[in-house]
Amino acid sequence: MSHESYPTDRKNWNSILEVDSLSVTYETPTGGVQALRDVSLSLETGETVGIVGESGSGKSTLALSLLQYLDDNGQVTNGSIQFKDREIQNLPKVELQNLRGKQIAHVPQDPNTSLNPSLCVGEQISETIREHEDVTNQEARERMHEILKTVRIGDPEYNAERYPHELSGGMQQRVLIAMALSCNPELLILDEPTTGLDVTTQAKILDLIQELKDSFDTAIILITHDLSVIAETCDRVTILYAGEVMEQGPVTEIFNNPANPYTQGLLAAIPRVKEDRKLNPIPGKIPDLTEISDGCIFAERCEFSERDCKSGEITTEVVDERTNHQTRCRRWSDAIEDPIEPDIEPDRSSASTSSEELLKAEDVKKYFGENSFFDQIFGGEPPVKAVDGVDLTVNKGETLGLVGESGCGKSTLGSTLLKLLDITDGEITFNGENINSLDSSGLQEFRSNAQIVFQNPHSSLNPRKRVGNQLKRPLKLLTDSNNDERHERMSELLDQVGLDSNYASRYPHELSGGEKQRVAIARAFAAQPAFIVLDEPVSSLDVSVQATILNLLSMLREEYNSSYLFISHDLSVVKHISDRIAVMYLGEIVEVGSQKSIFEPPYHPYTRALLSANPDLDPNRESDRVQLEGNVPSPRDPPSGCPFHTRCPQYMGAKCEHQEPELKTIETDDGDTHQIACHLDEEELADEISR
Amino acid sequence: MATEKQNSTTVPTGDTLVDRLKVLIHSVLSNRRCAVGLTLLTPIVILTVLAPIIAPYNPTETHMGAQLASPGGKFLLGTDHLGRDLFSRVLYGGRSSLLLGVTSTGLAMSMGVPIGVFSGYIGGRVDELIMRLMDTLMSIPSLLLALLIVAMMGPGLFNAVIAIATVYTPRIARVVRSSTLSVKQEEFIRAAEARGESRLYICFREILPNISSPVIVEGSIRVGFAILTGASLSFLGLGTQPPTPDWGYMISTAYDHLWSTIWYWLWPSVWLGATILGFNLLGDGLRDVLDPRVEESKVM
Repeated sequence: MSHESYPTDRKNWNSILEVDSLSVTYETPTGGVQALRDVSLSLETGETVGIVGESGSGKSTLALSLLQYLDDNGQVTNGSIQFKDREIQNLPKVELQNLRGKQIAHVPQDPNTSLNPSLCVGEQISETIREHEDVTNQEARERMHEILKTVRIGDPEYNAERYPHELSGGMQQRVLIAMALSCNPELLILDEPTTGLDVTTQAKILDLIQELKDSFDTAIILITHDLSVIAETCDRVTILYAGEVMEQGPVTEIFNNPANPYTQGLLAAIPRVKEDRKLNPIPGKIPDLTEISDGCIFAERCEFSERDCKSGEITTEVVDERTNHQTRCRRWSDAIEDPIEPDIEPDRSSASTSSEELLKAEDVKKYFGENSFFDQIFGGEPPVKAVDGVDLTVNKGETLGLVGESGCGKSTLGSTLLKLLDITDGEITFNGENINSLDSSGLQEFRSNAQIVFQNPHSSLNPRKRVGNQLKRPLKLLTDSNNDERHERMSELLDQVGLDSNYASRYPHELSGGEKQRVAIARAFAAQPAFIVLDEPVSSLDVSVQATILNLLSMLREEYNSSYLFISHDLSVVKHISDRIAVMYLGEIVEVGSQKSIFEPPYHPYTRALLSANPDLDPNRESDRVQLEGNVPSPRDPPSGCPFHTRCPQYMGAKCEHQEPELKTIETDDGDTHQIACHLDEEELADEISR
Repeated sequence: MATEKQNSTTVPTGDTLVDRLKVLIHSVLSNRRCAVGLTLLTPIVILTVLAPIIAPYNPTETHMGAQLASPGGKFLLGTDHLGRDLFSRVLYGGRSSLLLGVTSTGLAMSMGVPIGVFSGYIGGRVDELIMRLMDTLMSIPSLLLALLIVAMMGPGLFNAVIAIATVYTPRIARVVRSSTLSVKQEEFIRAAEARGESRLYICFREILPNISSPVIVEGSIRVGFAILTGASLSFLGLGTQPPTPDWGYMISTAYDHLWSTIWYWLWPSVWLGATILGFNLLGDGLRDVLDPRVEESKVM
């Protein structure tokens, strides 16, 4: 990688973008929000700079101000933005239009809404080319096909004629990147290019960005909340917090030798696949940007802060002249000396989990699209087989992780297990009783024992009810208690999830995302359930909040001795919290085993692909991935035989295509039950596969 | 309701509700459409309510020799073809028109809202059945349907209210159902199902408070339409019965004297137009004010 050898004299470098001391304020009825303050950034030709920050850090504002595309109420109050030694602020409209798209290209965040649904994608790209360059239609089309080839879209002539909805999310993202590259821009701004994509798709996009870096000499700004994406692709990184640059420098320096307590805190809050460790959340929350107090913006949440941190102006200090590693911290030398590092976590004692079965699912099937009356007359489509024959057990006190990409049926399975959806076929027993044959009192008993926490904290609380009432309601419904007892229990619950008792009288919109999720968790725990389905409970939260919630969940698990079904697409998170893990693909479980055995060979080929696609925080890791070809087949019409055979790198032929593999048990040393559904034998599953 | 009361005593409540109301009133007044709508409606409503005090004459009292008088002199706004004071008649006429508009809308809401919420939440075949029924009703032009119902039940104010309510019920049910469908997707509804709430509780305690904004907006716009339909029925002689004054009926009789005087048909038309415009503007404005997206961007 190029960041190993930095020349000592940076003046020799050909700087393409210089942002100097940029400040942006948004005018709001409640006062000016100072979204960016004193942000400086420089970018050389061919360099890739990552900008990381949690929500509210101002990273999107930065991207928009680079494009001169701020909302009407946003205003640059100070500083300069120079693109190729030319100030771009207050450029006339015509010149600005020429700059955008032609010289500075922007890849917006959501491919779903960024492409025009009523034009085929090829046309959208050639339109951009025609707009900025004096070319004939034919030339524009040829260029467009070439560009599509560059972003690795197979059969460009065919795919250029597709409409956006006919392409997968990953393909749409490629088209957007192609559109941005179509006029050979000198600066490419990628805004969260992999957010919302599955890990295997994300891996492909990251590889593509890597390739583009090598083949074009475009400078790239990559904006993301995900540090591992930065580690994989960038040369330099800028850490933003509450509108200020906390630290910037080469990726290897920042990740291996962070010199700012905030960076250290972030790195310590992320669970990793490679090691078992405790998570250190960053206490507190992001400050209100309408009133900026003196001193360091992070001082309130910082472990190293002392009194003088809260006064005066904090300037950027140079950590290493040679690599231009800078930090905005007075105590950075203390921070380097005694960095915030999480402890290695001892293995969760197996004592807390028993081998007593709590929930058992046998051959569970859930099909959607039971046809409506009219569909039946006119002949509808076949049903969607969201869950197609799943066997699963959850023991008392155990956490079972359920991983899989979007659309694999993991959430449907979670809801079906709780009888939130009617089961199509199969049997679910809870505490030895079939939940389908429960009478109304039995069902109430089951409801009080089996609860769920959802992904989106903003939609899981009723916006029109006070937090306290929302916590008391399940108590009234599911427990035998009087009003005083309920009130007491509600206070206890708030306390357990780390919220002050005055939260009881608040409405959900007065709470932050993390706080809402705590309330949702408290609500699920209200009637002391034995089993909780956690449906992606941390995926929409910031890293530091995610760590808090994960720790809270572990704490509550000990407290109540509950079992979890932890559904997530994030392998690192699942590894962190689970005792056993099940891997799901197209409605079927393809591998299940102890947390350890899933991450060690032998692997199911799909698990292997997932693991290799999972981005890592180690910037030195060589990219060495198992690439999955093609898209996930439609669950309306799943492939015959092994559901994975259409994409499997270890595909063996007719047997995979025609015979459905059973889950077969793999012997392990420590007596874990490790099962893999694959026709390959154990050695083949363990072998390094040659590519 | 009981739980709400308990909480206000056990939980130290902030002034959030009062604050929210203050914010609401402020934003209603600072919204131009709302403000214009209210400016139109307030005097009309006040004049109508205070008609017995303000009106100089009995609205049914005829003054021979002063038929079709021009405004001014003894009669502020002139008289009609029977010499009745137009000012008094317009004031009293508002009573039946407004009463008809508000009660028929209220009745339509009390039928349409539960149907919409229930149908939207239950979904499936029940939903399909109810909605096809509503579609059938909606496919008949509203005035024609109202005419049909009044023709069956006989003319009169009360029957006109029933007819208009029946005409508007499917429209309100449609709007409420579509709002319900979007709220139904929210995870707090699934959380309520997971703790075993009854359908009734989910419909009316979880969903209804969250769709109150579109319901209020729909209602306020509907009042205007209902008055219009009521006026049409009266115009055709099927609503308010003479000699009781009513704007629609007044316009209908003024039609015969269109070439003799403009005042007779002008006043009830102006009153009717202003009322309908007022309710429509108020509804439009409320839609902006109560739209959560607008609210959020203000909070930001």
